[in-house]
Amino acid sequence: MGVSSMYDKKELENLIRKKEEWNKNCYKKHVSKHAEKKKHFRNLSSLDIDNIYTPDDISHLNYEKHIGFPGIYPFLRGIHPTMYRGRLWTMRQFSGFGSAEETNKRYKYLLEHGETGLSVAFDYPTLYGYDTDHKLSRGEFGKCGVAISSLKDMEILFSGIPINKVTTSMTINGPAAIVWAFYIANAENRGINKNDIGGTIQNDILKEYIAQKSFIFPPEPSMRLIVDTFEYGYKEVPRWNTISISGYHIREAGSTAVQELAFTLGDGVEYVKWAMERGLKIDDFAPRLSFFFNAHNDFFEEIAKYRAARRIWSQELKKLGAKKDRSLFMRFHTQTAGCTLTAQQPEINITRVTMQALSAVLGGTQSLHTNSMDEALALPSEKAARIALRTQQIIAEESGVTNTVDPLGGSYYIEWLTDKMVEETYKYFDKVEKLGGVIPAIEKGFFQREIAESAYKYQKEIDEKERFMVGVNKYQMDEPIEIPILKMDEKGEERQINRLKNLRKNRNNSKLNRNLDNLRKAAEGDKNLMPFILGCVHSYATLGETCDVLRRVFGEYTEPAIY
Amino acid sequence: MEQKIRVLVAKPGLDGHDRGAKIVARALRDAGMEVVYTGLHQTAEMIVETAIQEDVNVIGLSLLSGAHMTLFMDVTKLLKEKGLDDVLVIGGGIIPEKDIPKLKKVGVSGVFGPGTHCDDIVDFIRKNVKK
Repeated sequence: MGVSSMYDKKELENLIRKKEEWNKNCYKKHVSKHAEKKKHFRNLSSLDIDNIYTPDDISHLNYEKHIGFPGIYPFLRGIHPTMYRGRLWTMRQFSGFGSAEETNKRYKYLLEHGETGLSVAFDYPTLYGYDTDHKLSRGEFGKCGVAISSLKDMEILFSGIPINKVTTSMTINGPAAIVWAFYIANAENRGINKNDIGGTIQNDILKEYIAQKSFIFPPEPSMRLIVDTFEYGYKEVPRWNTISISGYHIREAGSTAVQELAFTLGDGVEYVKWAMERGLKIDDFAPRLSFFFNAHNDFFEEIAKYRAARRIWSQELKKLGAKKDRSLFMRFHTQTAGCTLTAQQPEINITRVTMQALSAVLGGTQSLHTNSMDEALALPSEKAARIALRTQQIIAEESGVTNTVDPLGGSYYIEWLTDKMVEETYKYFDKVEKLGGVIPAIEKGFFQREIAESAYKYQKEIDEKERFMVGVNKYQMDEPIEIPILKMDEKGEERQINRLKNLRKNRNNSKLNRNLDNLRKAAEGDKNLMPFILGCVHSYATLGETCDVLRRVFGEYTEPAIY
Repeated sequence: MEQKIRVLVAKPGLDGHDRGAKIVARALRDAGMEVVYTGLHQTAEMIVETAIQEDVNVIGLSLLSGAHMTLFMDVTKLLKEKGLDDVLVIGGGIIPEKDIPKLKKVGVSGVFGPGTHCDDIVDFIRKNVKK
């Protein structure tokens, strides 16, 4: 690495000399009397961290080229010129449980308390495209999120909520196109123009194969469906983010920060390539691609990760031919790391979440979910969810960190680490390239193995007390866990199953069957499936029925059990 | 030579959170046990069938979706029906404190939540396995 022309070479050589002197005469001398706590200081990606960072550590960087100003290429310091001085991030709490009625109530509660966007958590049957009364749904109704089996449920979920004003993010992947169609159809039925609804579908199947595992179809038809939503989105629902390319679940499954960054951005580039191959123009669809990252424990590493992500994405999109700023800059949502929460002394999770949320804000996130303190035990209670929201509000309104853009920019450590993470990411890009690309690497179990390896290493470090978790392997207390746990409406499942029964009886079934058959034919060909899915949804096809049509045409994916 | 303890690590239901199951599988293997991992999306029938086929001494069930009361019980019930009373069943995941006594009553002998040291699981199995 050469020295950037921004630095005076002589001054720099002088500095390096002075630093060596300081290391020898001051630092090492001190350490010889007062030893440091550890021999090696490493971050969560196992990068060795030096005792101090100085200008020579970043002297290879050119400010304008590698760091730059917010709002212009390479967007490292932020996507908007004003960032939070202009507008705060969206406070969007991931939430959903039980039936549509219960979750609708929770949404209204959160909006009343100052939440500025909605985020739907679906239960497992919904995530896999099964109706509540399917045999594989047994025991899962409303457990991990809300059960949505048809347009009818979607109507209830958003009843009384101004969906032309509030944006909604939906964590749905395998059946994303269908659940999105529920949302669009509901808006249409309420007389709201498709131009006026905004939000996000996660729709990121690659990370499902890699980490989250709620897949339905094999890679190829899944990718086709995703490109269908890209195309339908920019033409018909222009304010919708048709994908949220997610590192969150990769991280939760046990990856390091570098792996999260590299695998997620690699997935992003893969989607762009598939869409371009279909003949879509990059500047038409790329502005609606969004991202989703995890906010884990290592504070500076996380901040560096978000900054690195913006630089890499803008570089890669430029290489692929994007011209518009909106295509080049990376917008992302962040959620604090669920896997760092402890069941022990649950109240202290509030502190963890605060630090993690702050890293996301200092990293320039567009939207944020803060976890509730009780999530290692159960679904969040109302009070726990409110405290989590208040945590964001304190960062936004009291801490002063929003006063300037990218306040840590220029820190020798942060700039060095940001650049280092860029470098490490490109190493992974090369590895994946050598395996034949993202999908072949998935099929070979590359990502899965890398993640399992990191997860096991992390656990061993905790077990062996090389890494500490307060309340788990240090400062433990033997006390009963006293935290109110959310109780769900026991009648919810019954109500939902009855609703499905009535729906199947009272709809126009011959019209429905025609629409399902049209979808089948379209799936066998190569037309964009969105209009056909909307046809089914409008005639009250259930999620399971619509997915079954596609399952029959596309087949189902099963993964190798690697540990 | 003493026979190795055979363990089936299983993921019942639709839950895709497999980080814990995979870590426990590796930790048990590293502790010298024979481990079979089912992979995701197993029904109770599939789990019990594999347990019989693989002739395991222990079944470890992992679930983070909250459906443990239904799905763990499906497994223990079926084990009883098939007469596999000598198989030690343990469970892990996001399991509220109040559910643990109920699970123990139906035959889930040990329940291990977040923050568990892998060695504690190894020790528990060694102490309680019937061979």
